[in-house]
Amino acid sequence: MGLFDVFSKKKLDTGLLRTREGFLSRLGKIITGKTVVDNEVLDNLEETLITADVGTETTLKIISNIQKRIEKEKKIGTERLNEILKEEISSLLIDNPFTDFGGEIKKPYVILVVGVNGVGKTTTIGKLARNFKNAGKSVVLGAADTFRAAAVEQLGIWAKRANAQIISQGANADPAAVAFDTVSSAVAKNMDVVIIDTAGRLHNKANLMSELSKIKRVIQKVIPDAPHEVLLVLDASTGQNAIEQCKQFTEVTQVTALALTKLDGTAKGGVVIGISDRFKIPVKFIGVGEGMDDLQIFNKQEFANSLFSQSN
Amino acid sequence: MFENLSDKIDRAFKILKGQGKITEVNVSETLKEIRKALLDADVNYKVAKTFTDNVKEKAMGQNVLTSISPGQLMTKITRDELAELMGGKNAELKMTGNPTVILMSGLQGSGKTTFSGKLANFLKTKRGKNPLLVACDIYRPAAIDQLKVLGEQIGVAVYSDVENKDAVSIAKKGIQFAKDNNHSVVIIDTAGRLAIDEQMMNEIAAVKKAVSPDEILFVVDAMTGQDAVNTAKAFNEKLDFGGVVLTKLDGDTRGGAALSIKSVVNKPIKFVGTGEKMEAIDVFHPDRMADRILGMGDVVTLVERAQEQFNEEESKKLQKKIAKNAFDFDDFLGQLQQIKKMGNMKDLIGMIPGIGKAVKDIDINEKAFVGIEAIIHSMTPAERKNPDLMNGSRRQRIAKGSGTNIQEVNKLMKQFEDMRKMMRMMGNKDQMKKMMQNMPRPK
Repeated sequence: MGLFDVFSKKKLDTGLLRTREGFLSRLGKIITGKTVVDNEVLDNLEETLITADVGTETTLKIISNIQKRIEKEKKIGTERLNEILKEEISSLLIDNPFTDFGGEIKKPYVILVVGVNGVGKTTTIGKLARNFKNAGKSVVLGAADTFRAAAVEQLGIWAKRANAQIISQGANADPAAVAFDTVSSAVAKNMDVVIIDTAGRLHNKANLMSELSKIKRVIQKVIPDAPHEVLLVLDASTGQNAIEQCKQFTEVTQVTALALTKLDGTAKGGVVIGISDRFKIPVKFIGVGEGMDDLQIFNKQEFANSLFSQSN
Repeated sequence: MFENLSDKIDRAFKILKGQGKITEVNVSETLKEIRKALLDADVNYKVAKTFTDNVKEKAMGQNVLTSISPGQLMTKITRDELAELMGGKNAELKMTGNPTVILMSGLQGSGKTTFSGKLANFLKTKRGKNPLLVACDIYRPAAIDQLKVLGEQIGVAVYSDVENKDAVSIAKKGIQFAKDNNHSVVIIDTAGRLAIDEQMMNEIAAVKKAVSPDEILFVVDAMTGQDAVNTAKAFNEKLDFGGVVLTKLDGDTRGGAALSIKSVVNKPIKFVGTGEKMEAIDVFHPDRMADRILGMGDVVTLVERAQEQFNEEESKKLQKKIAKNAFDFDDFLGQLQQIKKMGNMKDLIGMIPGIGKAVKDIDINEKAFVGIEAIIHSMTPAERKNPDLMNGSRRQRIAKGSGTNIQEVNKLMKQFEDMRKMMRMMGNKDQMKKMMQNMPRPK
């Protein structure tokens, strides 16, 4: 199967194309004129992985795994390196259990969206709402980012575009109260999906982080087993700090899924490999543009392929 | 927290004890550690390589002084080289035109709009200017509203034209508006854009051409990884910007992007953003940044964070109370809460140079305060005000009420008494003097 058959949607293809080109041109250089994987090839591989924000720890792990396999298989040709790389990368990524926006879910299904400032939480919510609506679900958004200037208006515009309902109390309202209202209203109106937007917050701010756990507790007053999903949004251009983000947000809200945004740029988002491995949290969605439909369900095979497959 | 770089370097040098000179052989392991520290801090791969090569050149053949370890010397060379590289002149804003035009640029989510507000506020309050904000982000939903709200907060006029879908024309009209209304500075906020989005990059180039800004600032998130190099290069090629703004530095990122960008485009970092409040803007300190990238503990940040939480007025009140020997459990509780507000204990301790490594693997019990708080909360207001009231039956009741036991209550009472004694002594200057006199003196 060729690489281009793998992608079900063209947008993902173009979104990841640059990531792939970056890797391929470098991987091409690694391999040129070599038939066997030697130390120079491994050194170059190290550069390739580090440059993709995979991080020193995970890079060393991947390379040492490859070295072990070289010892076992004695001689590994450079074309075999491609396959092994893909295998090693996908083995570190957790399987994505989410496959379908139309799938059977608890009703109402509450998604709490968290992350640091500027990663694209509100945009991701807009796209998620659209996808759930397209799959025939009713959606209500909760505007619990009451802090950032005009954040409520921004979510309102997305709600209109996605034809979803929105619950808001305006700027400077108590975010936990907005979350409570939204979930209560969803129960009363028998809605399928609730998505709660929260203000961006840096994970080292204790006060803001405890505000998040309060939001979560308040949601649980309405529905004890909610939120059913805590989605941490990560910006693909973020470096190793994403690890600390995941650690701190998980401590406070038990993150259950990741969304990786801005993959349509030159950034590679390699840091998620180490994150997924360490925290055992799956990446569920990727953002590949600013349009309504620029959200894809993450597939680790495709991700690994797109990083390392040869395009022809 | 990362392991302190100087500790790592010391370890790398352990085998070399007794060697008086830095040589090719004994330096290679150290350089590896430095390189890894830089990569962990998100410094670009190539930049890190070039940088360590330079450090090696500088270090080679240097005599190791007896008073410091070779590791310390290497750390110093590295730190100085870093600080020097990131320093540089012309860090002032170019404010020549009338009105002065400042154009903001950067990726989505880097913090352009927030920073535009901060800069306007800074110029207004610190430089006595009368700035105008111009809203040219016509793409992101509610971006114009966001700038308007910020403008209102800081009392700065905002020019916008919601119907207009042409950023160039809005920018031009904004400048005309500034001229007509005597604004001395115009700050143009633009949409976030990816460096590879040709159409959008052409748009901002067209804005530049139309308004000939005195200053173009490239706004970048301090948490950016390896891609910082590509983005900075692309924006610089298109706009030839005059300076860099590093945002979200109040996070705990090591911020290696600062070094990468400086190395690749050689433009000064003019400002940093350190919070969501409109006052959270600061000039760039290369030496602080060097320490931060190297993970060498950030005493300044620690001090600043403490200052943020400790209200001056409150502490004066407290001092008076201590002098009068009236420090009570309410004050104690207040102090505990302030310490907790400063953030994660482990992070705080990790900021102290040399200690970062020691706490790396220790699990610090964040809940250690909970028991103490519960005990104090179980006291009556009268007991809190007057700890001397406490007798056996009161202690029994408090132990029951707080879910602890009598031993823990007694322990806290004892600690509290010791603390009061200590404070009494510090409050009494004569007694302090006596204490000092009795201390052994260095010969």
